[in-house]
Amino acid sequence: MKEKILKIKNLTVEIDREKLICNLSFEVEKGQVATILGPNGAGKTVLLKTLIGIFPHKGEIWWKPKIKIGYVPQRVPFVKDFPISIEEFFKLKTKDEKEIKEVLKLVGFDESFLKKNLGEISSGQYQRILVAWTLIGNPDVLLFDEPTTGIDISGEETIYQLLERLKKEKNLTILLVTHDLSVVFKFSDYVICLNKCPVCQGEPKEVISPETLSKLYGQEIKFYEHYHER
Amino acid sequence: MSVNFFSILITGIFIGGVAGYLGSLMITKKMGLVGGPLGHLALPGVALALVYHFNVFLGALLTIILGGILIWLLEIKTKAPMEALTGLVFATGVALGFLILPFSNEHQLEEALVGDITKISFSDMILVIILSTLIFLIIKKIYPKLLLAEICEDLAKAEGINVKKYNFIYLFSVAIIVAQTVRLVGGLLPVALIVIPALTAKNFSKSSFQYSFGSLVFGAISATLGIFLSQMTKYPAGLLIILSGFLFFLLSIIFKKN
Repeated sequence: MKEKILKIKNLTVEIDREKLICNLSFEVEKGQVATILGPNGAGKTVLLKTLIGIFPHKGEIWWKPKIKIGYVPQRVPFVKDFPISIEEFFKLKTKDEKEIKEVLKLVGFDESFLKKNLGEISSGQYQRILVAWTLIGNPDVLLFDEPTTGIDISGEETIYQLLERLKKEKNLTILLVTHDLSVVFKFSDYVICLNKCPVCQGEPKEVISPETLSKLYGQEIKFYEHYHER
Repeated sequence: MSVNFFSILITGIFIGGVAGYLGSLMITKKMGLVGGPLGHLALPGVALALVYHFNVFLGALLTIILGGILIWLLEIKTKAPMEALTGLVFATGVALGFLILPFSNEHQLEEALVGDITKISFSDMILVIILSTLIFLIIKKIYPKLLLAEICEDLAKAEGINVKKYNFIYLFSVAIIVAQTVRLVGGLLPVALIVIPALTAKNFSKSSFQYSFGSLVFGAISATLGIFLSQMTKYPAGLLIILSGFLFFLLSIIFKKN
């Protein structure tokens, strides 16, 4: 059996007397890609934020001791025209220029990119920059909130191909949040269907069925049918 | 040029420069909407100080901090948006300020509204130099953390940065600098010294270094130009400092990058 990296037991998160996550339990093994699937407002982002200690919780969250966690937030509504170069953005985290160049290379950019302004890059590029930023300090686990599947104009690798490659090269464990079903099937070993309370969990092929999906997305069964029409 | 003029100039440069520097962090809507009106809370304090003959700096600092605490308490109590509450407290503050203002004394009225830097004493100047330098050094030290929190609060929190703590230090620094600016520009216009230099610097900055220090430099030279113009025309320095700032802003639009 593989080494466990994260164990969650009976996790409940309540903010302003509203239950955002109830009674969730799961475990993540080293090297696994676990996805958290669910509709909007299902508590997916809340879960990631709870795991890195931003929100208070009841129940148990156990991380392997001394583990390093990298968190890639949902692409925030960034103050687009704030003058900050990419180099300065990285230097908010580390002064090590060698490391900055390394992580930049890992996500497919060369040094010349450092001189660019953070506001002038595309949203796909911004997402890669965020991934590179998170890779500084060599995290063991990557928590990734809603990577978008948008393909770069130049036809470069998608964010999932990038993650797949990083996972191999850096021996990463990845926990990601999505509402995109194709991501679950193509990319992950384990899925946790969450709609405040857990709906199903296990290997995607085994646990994802029309029944669990209609349970997960409530009355929106159309979502499922629509998905098949594509 | 008298010794007095020299101390006026130094005081103006220090306040203007550091106010501009702090302004470079007031980039997001949230900060701007909270930090800006905070400045107007100086007015009732200045009015009180003039009527009861104590230091306008202390008066302004007192009401800004009281106002800040009130906003914070109201937010906990009502859960209403911070910006709306700031608006509420600021409007009340200005209304109270006008009630207290010494309308019978024209000179005092002018000082309260637009400032009178000629009244500055040697010890005032020393205090301004010490406080401004101290605040500049503190903010410079925590600038990366504040900046990250402004760019993406979650990223900052994930890095273990106590965002609330640093925002508090920042807003407290703004309060102290705003209280100092009342000598320069009075109780009505302190916000201008914080906002205008940053707007100007932003127009041609490519990096956050250029932006933050550009804001400092524009704050300082606006103060210098305003004080010189005031010596020549005898109009209040505060108004001319703000107009100088606006002039630089206009020029920066012409030379705007891209």
